[in-house]
Amino acid sequence: MIDPVTFWTTTVALGLGTFLIRFSFLGFLGRRTLPDWALRHLKYVGVAVLPALVTPMVLGPALQAGALDPMQVDPVRLISALVALGLGWRYSVIWAIGGGMGTLWLLQALI
Amino acid sequence: MTAPDPKRAFWAGWWACTPFVFAAVPFGLLFGVVARDAGLDLLQTMAMSVVVIAGAAQFTALALLVDQAPVFLALAAGLAVNLRMAMYSAALQPHLGHAPVWQRMVMAYLMVDQAYAVAGQHFEVTPAMHPADKVAYYFGAVLLVCPLWVAATFTGAVVGNAIPPALSLEFAAPICFIALFSPMLRTLPHIVAAGVAVVGAILFSGLPVGVGLICAAFVAMLAGAETERRLTRGRS
Repeated sequence: MIDPVTFWTTTVALGLGTFLIRFSFLGFLGRRTLPDWALRHLKYVGVAVLPALVTPMVLGPALQAGALDPMQVDPVRLISALVALGLGWRYSVIWAIGGGMGTLWLLQALI
Repeated sequence: MTAPDPKRAFWAGWWACTPFVFAAVPFGLLFGVVARDAGLDLLQTMAMSVVVIAGAAQFTALALLVDQAPVFLALAAGLAVNLRMAMYSAALQPHLGHAPVWQRMVMAYLMVDQAYAVAGQHFEVTPAMHPADKVAYYFGAVLLVCPLWVAATFTGAVVGNAIPPALSLEFAAPICFIALFSPMLRTLPHIVAAGVAVVGAILFSGLPVGVGLICAAFVAMLAGAETERRLTRGRS
């Protein structure tokens, strides 16, 4: 059981902190423009953050303390992720989601 | 610059986000189920999804609370996972920074991954878009996904364990993120950045939750920008 005071403190503080993170540049810079070098870096935010977020989710327990154990990689998850990546790259978002989950279910049924 | 047509832009953003319904709904359902299993009541479960609106951070904080971790640790981990949104905020600022402050506050509250990936990406490829249309497009994109996230959490919390585990809803999260970035891999610098991000995530996996993510993302961003700089220098 999670203590209610602990829960509410965490939730309210997390909500507030998250809001400030989201507001940061958009809120405090306003109309001011960022220098060119900063804009050039920001173009790569999406392709930098999202793959780094996904990698541990796909590799799961195979990834521990900075080391990758290839024998522990779940082939079903890895293949589904790669199918989603290929379909999203070649076609579109909807193909990536449908194809990725579809592959996962198909392989789970087979293996 | 073309004449503004915010109504049209709003629906364009709304439609561009529709595919993510198929990923945000399972992820939200799962959060509802997991939160109830962790012993939260319906109000607490809903409060978390409404106040935070960030799936990955909610799961992280909740998992730590279940393990009886102290508040500051659950909070620090959740915030670290969300630090990526500062980068989204910076990337969206050149396009949306002109809006009045109350609108920017609402934008910030609703700034989910899809908001950045769909709207930010659209602004990047259509720079001629009218500033008012950019604001409308942004709201179109987030006003589909955010209410659905809350509704899916509610459904998951109420329906609970009637959802078969064989559906592997937890895998909807990585699939959703892959669907977000795979269409962005259009140039060599983008591909380099993504590759560095994956390697970085493996190398930094020993660091505390969220910290490794920020380090990997930061190095990947530098790698992408540096590749672009070298390519353009080689051409001129």
